[in-house]
Amino acid sequence: MSFPQPKPEVPQLPQNLLRTIDCQQGAVRAVRFNADGNYLLSCGSDKSLKLWSVSRGTLLKTYSGHGYEVLDADGSYDNSQLCSCSSDKTVILWDVATGQVTRKLRGHAGKVNCVQFNEEATVILSGSIDGTVRCWDTRSRKFDPIQILDEAQDGVSSLKVSEHELLTGSVDGRVRRYDLRMGQLHVDFINSPITCVCFSADGQCTLTSSLDSTVRLLDKSTGEMLGEYTGHKMKGYKLDCCLSSKDTHVLSCSEDGHVYCWDLVEGSLMLKLPVGKAVVQSLSFHPSETRLLTAMEGRVQVWGADCTYEHGTWTK
Amino acid sequence: MASDSDSDGDFVTFGTPLEPLEEDEPLRKPVPLHEQTVKDEKGRYQRFHGAFTGGFSAGYFNTVGTKEGWTPATFVSSRQQKAGRQNARPEDFMDEEDLGDHGIAPRQITTTADFASGRKDVIRDKARAITSLSAPIPGDTVLEDLVAPARSSMGVELLRKMGWKDGQGVGPRVKRRLCKQRADSATRAFGSASPPNGSSESQDEEDGEFLPENLTFAPKDVTPIDFTPKVDLHGLGYRGLNPLAALRGGPGAGHINLFTMDSDRTNSLFGEDRKGQRRRGGVAGQGFGVGAMEDDDEDIYHRDIMSNYDTVLGGEEPGDGLYGWTAPQQYNRTKKDHSKDAAYLGKILEGFTLASDKLETKTIFPPPNLPRDFRPVHYFRPVVDLSSVSPMVAQALQTSRGHMAQEAPSKGGRHQLDSAQRRELLGEATLQGPSSVFDLLKVEDRERLSGLRRPSSDTSSGPRQPTPGEARAAVVAAGVAAAAARASAQKALSSRFAPHAEQQQQEALSVWSGPTAQAQTGQTFKPFERTPHKQARYDLYIDQLKQGDRDALELSLDPTMTEWERGRERDEFVRAALLYKPSSSSLSCRFTRGKQDDGVEADTVEVTRDQENDVDDKQAAVKMKMFGKLTRDTFEWHPDNLLCKRFNIPDPYPGSGFVGMPKVKRDKFSVFNFLTVSESPTASASPAPQGVKPSEPGKRSRWDVSGQAGDKERKEKDPVSEFLSVARIEASGSGPEASTTDGPTTDPTVEPDTEQKDEEEEEEEESRPSMDLFKAIFASSSDEKSSSSSEGESEEEEEKEEGVRSRAGTGPQISNQLNVNTTQPAPPVSAIPSQHPDVVFKTPSGPAAAPPPRDQEMEEEEFGPRLPPPSSTLTERRPSLTPSAKDDKHKKKCKEKHKAKKHGKNKKDKKQKKKHKRHKHKGKQKKSSRKEESSDSSSEGSDGNSQEDGEEGGGVSTEELLRRLKGIRGKKLQ
Repeated sequence: MSFPQPKPEVPQLPQNLLRTIDCQQGAVRAVRFNADGNYLLSCGSDKSLKLWSVSRGTLLKTYSGHGYEVLDADGSYDNSQLCSCSSDKTVILWDVATGQVTRKLRGHAGKVNCVQFNEEATVILSGSIDGTVRCWDTRSRKFDPIQILDEAQDGVSSLKVSEHELLTGSVDGRVRRYDLRMGQLHVDFINSPITCVCFSADGQCTLTSSLDSTVRLLDKSTGEMLGEYTGHKMKGYKLDCCLSSKDTHVLSCSEDGHVYCWDLVEGSLMLKLPVGKAVVQSLSFHPSETRLLTAMEGRVQVWGADCTYEHGTWTK
Repeated sequence: MASDSDSDGDFVTFGTPLEPLEEDEPLRKPVPLHEQTVKDEKGRYQRFHGAFTGGFSAGYFNTVGTKEGWTPATFVSSRQQKAGRQNARPEDFMDEEDLGDHGIAPRQITTTADFASGRKDVIRDKARAITSLSAPIPGDTVLEDLVAPARSSMGVELLRKMGWKDGQGVGPRVKRRLCKQRADSATRAFGSASPPNGSSESQDEEDGEFLPENLTFAPKDVTPIDFTPKVDLHGLGYRGLNPLAALRGGPGAGHINLFTMDSDRTNSLFGEDRKGQRRRGGVAGQGFGVGAMEDDDEDIYHRDIMSNYDTVLGGEEPGDGLYGWTAPQQYNRTKKDHSKDAAYLGKILEGFTLASDKLETKTIFPPPNLPRDFRPVHYFRPVVDLSSVSPMVAQALQTSRGHMAQEAPSKGGRHQLDSAQRRELLGEATLQGPSSVFDLLKVEDRERLSGLRRPSSDTSSGPRQPTPGEARAAVVAAGVAAAAARASAQKALSSRFAPHAEQQQQEALSVWSGPTAQAQTGQTFKPFERTPHKQARYDLYIDQLKQGDRDALELSLDPTMTEWERGRERDEFVRAALLYKPSSSSLSCRFTRGKQDDGVEADTVEVTRDQENDVDDKQAAVKMKMFGKLTRDTFEWHPDNLLCKRFNIPDPYPGSGFVGMPKVKRDKFSVFNFLTVSESPTASASPAPQGVKPSEPGKRSRWDVSGQAGDKERKEKDPVSEFLSVARIEASGSGPEASTTDGPTTDPTVEPDTEQKDEEEEEEEESRPSMDLFKAIFASSSDEKSSSSSEGESEEEEEKEEGVRSRAGTGPQISNQLNVNTTQPAPPVSAIPSQHPDVVFKTPSGPAAAPPPRDQEMEEEEFGPRLPPPSSTLTERRPSLTPSAKDDKHKKKCKEKHKAKKHGKNKKDKKQKKKHKRHKHKGKQKKSSRKEESSDSSSEGSDGNSQEDGEEGGGVSTEELLRRLKGIRGKKLQ
């Protein structure tokens, strides 16, 4: 075959704590890398959204305007805009530089669990506890959503967007993939409330974590299960899971204060990262490097593979 | 505009209308200031000289301010024609503008003084009066009046020429009698107050006694109606102090009456003044004392005489002899004349006369008081006679109004009506369910009851044996009922798998031709009430079913409809007939129907067209970790056009009128909402051919034999879970005997997967044409090559697999039996050959069709195991991963081909995906091997290994159980 041999590089795991940021915004509900991984967003329970530099650990901006705790956030591809969703049923589009509210989108009937930009940041997609996903247009001045996806029979807990697909996980135990190109909706039944869904980086698989303490890797096109990852504890909290940047590992938060890291193919537990005593609320993997963000209580922790491996800034 | 409307004549248009704007007309540039010139009507430019220096067109041809200045009239003087003195009139200094309509001296055609009416110019009179007063010698105008030529107007001249004399009336000469009468009426009209106009009275007195018969007189002069407009702001009839009258003084004018009823004007109409009266100049009268020029001073002070006043209330004697007595008004009215009223009212204003007849007062009736809840809208209810209209119209009316026009309820109130009549009146549907308790009884019980009753009813005839015919009927009825019971039991058993259509028909026939159905006279349920035609056909069908007609369905269908429509209707009818079969009435009588239908629009609900498959099956599949086909549902979903635009994606359904899932309107309470028989697009696209009849034995599927054999297994509610539980029980009994991996024991391990695969393939078959078609189109050498290239890596595994599959292929009986007994509910659906893949009814459980006959090779590729059969050790797991990957890949390819047909433009994209996928799997293999080599490198935590082991153990248990069960089943069957 004409494919080059993969480099014989030992996959790195983010096992070293590089930095701990005390966010001073109450419990951190979610932590997210921006598009290029240089900044992070922390969603606080004190109604604020904060932008930090990952490398320096400094607070860059605080975005306040939500009426209740912020539950999820996302940054646009060009870092010019942020979107965040909150328990106050609103989705807010922020201007990064000024920190002003560009648009406040109301329409959800309940708290909004998850929010995502599409690739070009022309649409904001938000999933709410009211069981709908709303597609908001950032280009037009209209405040009505373009489309409301109300197929979910229970709250939408997680949502991811690829270039032409929309993946939603719902509490009704189903993962729905809306294929805009084909005009199809694929529903995969998991039989347990979904807490988080992810696309793999190659776009062929979907990762689903559900409240039966299982993370499943499903083939996107057929819905077959390619892998199952267990061992962690996810019974009651809506915790995140993710894939590593090179799709080599599966990571998931756990209620026992660890982040579990499995090998994607083997399904074996590769790393059990002790974050703290409480529940690991959220995590986010760097888009290109081996770096992991975890959020526990009011702190955000940055984990890396190795201090020496990193550039000069990473002097612990 | 007025011209737009139809009635042009009703409107008056002022001014000139604007030119209609034309669309393509270029915009007119505004005229610059220096070009805005004024021209007069002859097209000459007009200069504006200043508002006070002539305005426009000052001078002769704008000569003001120029060297010429005013151009004088040409001076002409010659010997013959001397320049005479020219009388300059004002008009000489006016130009045409001044003389124009809007000028200072407009020229109009007016009547000259000769032709003017004799009426005096009021203004001129006044002016003269004032000048006479303000003159140095008061009363100066007297001389002027005397000297002034007697001028009479042309009208007076003409009248005189015609023989008219002053003081006479105009008109034909009249007899004296008439004249007198008119005079009487005139006096009466003026009332008791003596008319001040002495002339008429004196005239009356003059021609008193001389009355020759044939003498005619000129008519009496009438006072013409005064048409002078009232221009002042004084009250009606007010004249003010007439200076002439005031100054005249004299004893006659003792009491100055401001409201004199006589008019000087009337007298002065014909230019006559009161010449008889002495006119004195100067101010005189009671208020002014005696002037130096006055001689007599006897009555400078006005002595008011009591005779001027009324001493008696009510004036003079009324003349009716009722002094002081106030008669009733009615009496007074009749007695009194209208002239009396006039007397009471006082003097009549100038120009007014009393009306001859009284004005009728109109009685105005107040509008009726509206009730509070009155709404001013009227609804027209068409009253249609049932007999006169066609049943269609009647039906439509019935649906629209709820009830037809009834005959007037018969005498007696609503209390006389029974429930059925009331229901009829209210337009309610008849209650469903049996009309009597008798219907609820079983047939045997009913027979017994009737048997018991019969002897009691006809005691005279004594106990009667049932006639042979009756007995036979009873037996037949019992048999039919038993058949119905059996059928319903069968149906209940296989309720989750669509029974075969023919069987359904038979069932419906048996049910409806039963005695229960016959007893139930009023068939109330109307499933197709919305479409009367269809309902009529359905009724026909039911009727014929009741008569036991075997071809009921075919007869009742509309032959003009298309084959597809008929196929649909056939299915619907059969299903409806089955669902509302009369045996279920025992259940339905326990529930009452909603008494009132909701609104018309509320009768239908919007439901998504595609319903999700059965959740139970999915849950079972999840338990077995068989994700994939079983747990996946794919629906048509329409994204918003704008959303596609924002995602830079062409709209997959351009021109689709809706977004989201396709919705269909269904009857709210229709059973079809709850039937999970979903018409897949392909299934509905082509009609179900009649080949589905079981009468064709050649087309019977292999499932049928085993399906009947495995009837009792079908009682299991959930085949998969049942299978699992059985497996667990048996696995617990038989220990770890299946630890060996190679040899025939592996067959069962593969078996479930194959079967599973089978099932899935069949399910997939429903939505796409047979493989042969694809092969015919897409078969190429590259396919084989690409698949073989990846096969190369794991030759031996492939061989093994093939062996397994060939075994499965050669001995399908065993595997099928197994299949039926375990995972397959195997509804007795007849064979569906690959030529008719669309016949399949998609049932909740999914598989219904046999796999189409196919190439061996293709079958192998298609039916490869999808999931790797997990085993306890890594070494076992590893080889199985490869075929799975390969198979997966191949499957993807097949699907791709299929998709490529549908969506050509996505082909490229998919190919990339495929390549990617292959690469990925390779990487996975590598990783796994690497992992094997250095197993300790990856294990990080201390409990990582244990965790892994646990997981493996868990994974094995189910698979092992399956295998064991298969083995046991196989043994049993052998």
